[in-house]
Amino acid sequence: MSRQSNRTTDGKKMNSELFTLTYGALVTQLCKDYENDEEVNKQLDKMGYNIGVRLIEDFLARSSIGRCQDFRETADVIAKVAFKMYLGITPSVTNWSPAGDELSLILESNPLVDFVELPDNHSSLVYSNLLCGVLRGALEMVQMAVDVKFAQDTLRGDNVTEIRMKFIKRMEENLPAGDE
Amino acid sequence: METRFTRGKSAILERSLAKLFSEMVQYCQSQVYSASGVLCVGLLDVLDVLVLREEWKRETKVLNILLFIKVSVWRALFGKDKLDGFPAKATVHRHKGTTLMIKFDEAVIARDKALEGR
Repeated sequence: MSRQSNRTTDGKKMNSELFTLTYGALVTQLCKDYENDEEVNKQLDKMGYNIGVRLIEDFLARSSIGRCQDFRETADVIAKVAFKMYLGITPSVTNWSPAGDELSLILESNPLVDFVELPDNHSSLVYSNLLCGVLRGALEMVQMAVDVKFAQDTLRGDNVTEIRMKFIKRMEENLPAGDE
Repeated sequence: METRFTRGKSAILERSLAKLFSEMVQYCQSQVYSASGVLCVGLLDVLDVLVLREEWKRETKVLNILLFIKVSVWRALFGKDKLDGFPAKATVHRHKGTTLMIKFDEAVIARDKALEGR
């Protein structure tokens, strides 16, 4: 009986490996298509953005979360609900700026980078940059302009992986004239 | 407890994989990547690693995953559930590595070409 459930677990584990390897295949292909790391980073951000603008609807439908009151609440929802829902991890929210417009997401683990090592000739590559694009795209769809970047990356030798997210401005919703 | 956690996380990643894959397909199309009529999914590293770690009889499971991805991809690209009338075969070829090929029937290609010509 336990042997059978092991098989199921292995089969399911293969799915998460497939996810990691597929993302790796994407980054590898981009490195071939674009000569330098900066271009790859930009492309990953762009693709992430495209995913993010569609993902937000899926997220709102599946989580039934209402409108967040402020950026703090937004950050909490991102860390505790969104990351959990799509990557199965829960980063911690720390390092708030005094103005409350900038924060860090600290990722203990990152399914995108399992078994990944960066070769020496790709030292400026931000391997998981897709995530920054996803966050930017998704938040733009709820009228929040943010700047998202990796501050620390275990792939580049840092102790933790840290995403720094800065609130830029609330974007105007296009209301018809006469509405409040 | 551990089994449940693993199972939950893998289901999560399977869904995210479908979204990621959909974006990758769109990228490939924008790069004029796919040959006419055949969508080749080269997952050399993926399958080789999996083969090394597991036995090859897992093959059909991988195909099932890919078919699942194919379903999600088409749904994401075309927004329709017109998969019943979408005859396609997924096969595995091993030659200098491993290629998975999803081959669509002629009717689908012809229709696709007609749309492109628009």
